[in-house]
Parts: sequence; structure tokens; C-alpha cells
Amino acid sequence: MSGASILTLVTVFVLAAFVGFEVISKVPSILHTPLMSGTNAIHGVVLVGSILVLGTAHGTAEITLGFIAVVLSTVNVVGGFVVTDRMLQMFKGRSKPGGGSGRS
Amino acid sequence: MSLTTGISLAYLIAAICFILALKGLSGPKTARAGNLLGAAGMALALAMTFATPGLSRFLLIVIAMIIGAVIGWPAARLVKMTAMPQMVAAFNGVGGASAALISLAEFIRGNPSHLAVYQVVEVLFGVIVGCVSFSGSAIAFAKLQELMTGRPVTYPGQQVLNGIVACATLGFALAVCVAPHTWPIVVIAALALVFGVAFVLPIGGADVPVLISLLNSFTGLAVAASGFVLHSVLLVVAGTLVGASGTLLTRMMSSAMGRSLPNILFSAFGSVVTATGSTGELGDRSVRSGSAEDIAVLLAYSQKVVVVPGYGLAVAQAQHVARELAELLEERGIEVTYAIHPVAGRMPGHMNVLLAEANVPYDQLKEMDEANPGFQTADVALVVGANDVVNPAAKNSPGSPIYGMPVLAVDEAKSIVFLKRSMRPGFAGIDNELLFDPKTTLLFGDAKESLTKLVGAVKQL
Repeated sequence: MSGASILTLVTVFVLAAFVGFEVISKVPSILHTPLMSGTNAIHGVVLVGSILVLGTAHGTAEITLGFIAVVLSTVNVVGGFVVTDRMLQMFKGRSKPGGGSGRS
Repeated sequence: MSLTTGISLAYLIAAICFILALKGLSGPKTARAGNLLGAAGMALALAMTFATPGLSRFLLIVIAMIIGAVIGWPAARLVKMTAMPQMVAAFNGVGGASAALISLAEFIRGNPSHLAVYQVVEVLFGVIVGCVSFSGSAIAFAKLQELMTGRPVTYPGQQVLNGIVACATLGFALAVCVAPHTWPIVVIAALALVFGVAFVLPIGGADVPVLISLLNSFTGLAVAASGFVLHSVLLVVAGTLVGASGTLLTRMMSSAMGRSLPNILFSAFGSVVTATGSTGELGDRSVRSGSAEDIAVLLAYSQKVVVVPGYGLAVAQAQHVARELAELLEERGIEVTYAIHPVAGRMPGHMNVLLAEANVPYDQLKEMDEANPGFQTADVALVVGANDVVNPAAKNSPGSPIYGMPVLAVDEAKSIVFLKRSMRPGFAGIDNELLFDPKTTLLFGDAKESLTKLVGAVKQL
């Protein structure tokens, strides 16, 4: 896990930045909101980091910080993907009766 | 194959899933599959993380994850479609906060004085950007949830104060690079939180969605920074992807509103206009309000009706009634279409989601460029709870704060019907000349009630 050197990470960073710019070149405006919500879910990957921090922490301060971080990033991941899916469901939900997602 | 190699491979697959998820999310047909693929990648990465050698405290981790899931899942399931934007802001904020927290935790883990300068910089970046994203998102949430005023909040010396906070943050940051201690980092985190609040306060409610997109890309960068701190390739890849694509998306959103990003962030939109009291000039002029029956006749004996839905329709949950009215009119052989402004509702694409929820057929939804030529031949433009997006001031009066924003050419229709709650100006706080136009009829009231009355009146005919 800790094998990556700073130079490797910088290389990865630069390449990922290019990929990020290229991969969403043309997006119709109706998809702006779902796309934002989807990327929001993806940065929930910070949960992986939070787990590593909490799982290897020494001392109360680190454990506390790690614990809060795991809780918060789980909210980010779970909420992010679920809310995006709900938005996208609306786009194909013609077969459903008029109620849609009843609660709204 | 060793366990660490296996984990790295799984992370690589997860990273590929994220890239394909972004690609999928940019097309209407593939969007849902894209999101699910992203979730699958995330699940794989999380599962493999538990196999990391040397990891302990599994019970505590699982408890924390359960707490998080118990908060996040119902929140995402139960949130009303109209409240979607602030929900995204909330999820974004907690993501930023955890990026800041783990950077901080890694800093205090070892002996900070043994850290190289570049390592301190990584930590600082994660903490500062994460904190700005967290407190900024919190204010954005409060604005959209109407816990506080949606208007830009300005006060004398605001720019100076922001400058001082920014300089103080940088000063402490430099000090930490020279002599790494924990307490200045905590001070920096606090300053960054203040800066996030100060940064968002002067931004008006109508612009907040663009801001959320920007903060979303900030959180991506904060996650990438924590990836540097933790030497995690996966976090760097995913965080950078979101940072880069989020920046691009923010630019697309602001250009959909016809404004530049700096203009949105720094212009304190609308505050000056309301202060100079343009209402005074228009206040004495009369408007024509009609009864539901009058308007029903107007609609029922036209040939082409264009419905312009706005945020008022969304808050009143009137999308189903709107569809009902449209179907009644269609039964009478009237052509009905919906003209959707790119930022109708509160976010680009928001209105399409709401109307799709009400089973409005897709071919009736017209994007602005497609809809605008149609207004010339339309008998009635039925504006439901929209204001700024049909304001001709954006085309005609160079002094207006919304000048240059693309608007729907409602003024070209033969007659215009506004369903409005009150004469209150829209989100941007600007009066709409069109309300005083002789060919305009107003029906005051909640969008849902007004539409229900119209449905009843059309049925009577």
C-alpha cells in the first residue's frame, strides 16, 4: 500500500487530470446535475483512506479523527450513489404510474 | 500473487470503473449503468481494503460504516426531488471534511518534525481544501434549504476581511512548513473553515448550484491530496478525476447560465439592484390578473401552448397537475410542448428530472435552443413559477445583472400567462418587465392550486 513514491503519485495525478478532462467532453445540460452527483459519489472513495487511517491508528486522537472520517465518508459514498441513482431512475420511469417516487 | 499485489490490482479495476462511470454519466442512455458501475468499483475497492495487511479495529470500522450508512441511505432515499441540490451539497461537505480529517490524522501519527516539506504541503493542501469545501457546502446547504437568506450576504470591508483570512492561512502554512507542529495546523483548519463561509456568503441563491459543482471538484482535489499523504494511488486517481471533471462541469454550468465563473463567485449578484430599488420605478404600474376561467378559455381555444416550468412549479410539487392540464389540452387537439431553460429549477437538468418523474413524454420537452423559435408561432406561453429565465431584461437592458443570460423568448408568444405566487421578484431579485406587458395575464397563487383550478375550468368547457 505504501509502495508508491512521490514521483509515481505525481505521474498518476497528472495523467488522471487529463483523463478527467477528456472523459466528459460533451454533456447535455439535462445530465449536469446527475453527473455532478455521480462525481460527488466517486470522491467518496476517501472512505478507503479513512478505513486505512482508523485501522492503523495509534492513540486516541487518531482513532477519534479516523472514526469520524469513516462515518462521514460512508455518508458521502452511500448517499452519493443512492441519490444519483434516484435522479437517473426518473429518466426512464415512464412505465411507472404517475406517483413516481411517491414521497416527493 | 501476493495479497498486496491483489489489492493493488483490485484498486486498478476500481479506478477503471470510476473512469467508465464518468463516461457513462455523460450520456443519457448510459448514465444509470455508469453510476452503478461506479458503485460496483467502490464496493470492490472497499472490500479489498479490509484485506490490507496490518489493518485492525475491524469492529470499530464496521460500526462507523453502519452509522454512516444509517445516516446516508435514508437521507438519499427520502429527500424530495426538489431538495436534491442541497442534498448533493451535504454529501459533498462530509466528503471534504473526512479528507481534511484523515490528512490531519496522518500528520499527528508520526513525529511531525520528521516530515519532509513536501509531506507537510500535502497535509496542508488536504486540510485547507477539505475544510473550505466542508464549510462552504454547509453554507450552500443552508442557503438552498432556506435556513438562511438566499440573497448575497455582503458587508463593508468584506473583501479586505477575506484577504486577511487568506493571508493568515498562508502565513501559518508557511510557518508549519518551516517548523511542523500540530497546533498551527488546527489553527489553519479553523481559518480555512472561516474562509469557506466567507467565500460562499456573497454568492446569491440562484448561483449556488454552480458553486456546489465547484466545491465538488474542491473535495475531489482534497481527496487526491489525502491520497498523496497516504500514498494511495486509488485516492489520487479518483480524487483527481473528480477534481478535473468537476472543474470542467462547473464551467459548462456557468456557461449554460451565460455567465463567467469569476462573475458568479465575486460579483455579489443582485444585492446592488435590490438596494437601488428598481421596484420603485415599476411599483405604480398595473398588472392584469385574470380568473382561472378566463385563462382556461384562452388555453382551450388556442392551437399551440408552450409551458415554461420554473422553480415555483417544483416547490409546489405541481409537475403532475401540469401534465394533467397538458393532457386535457392535447385531447382538444392542442399542441403542447414544454420549454426547459438550462437552469430551470435550481440546477441544470433539475426540471427534466422533475417532469420525467411526472411521466411527461420526453419528446414534449424542448431544450432552450430548440424551444425559442417555437414561441413566435405559439398562441399561449404558460409560465408556471418561472421568472428570471423568461425576463427580457437579459436581452434588452445592458444594465441588468442578468444581462447576457440566455432566456426563453416568451415575449414573442401571442399571449402570456404567468402563474405566480406573488409579485415578488425571482431568485435573482430583479423585476420582470414582462409582467406589465399588455398581453400578459397573471393568476396569483400557489402553482399547484392554480393549475388544479385551470384543470377544473378546462374540464367545464
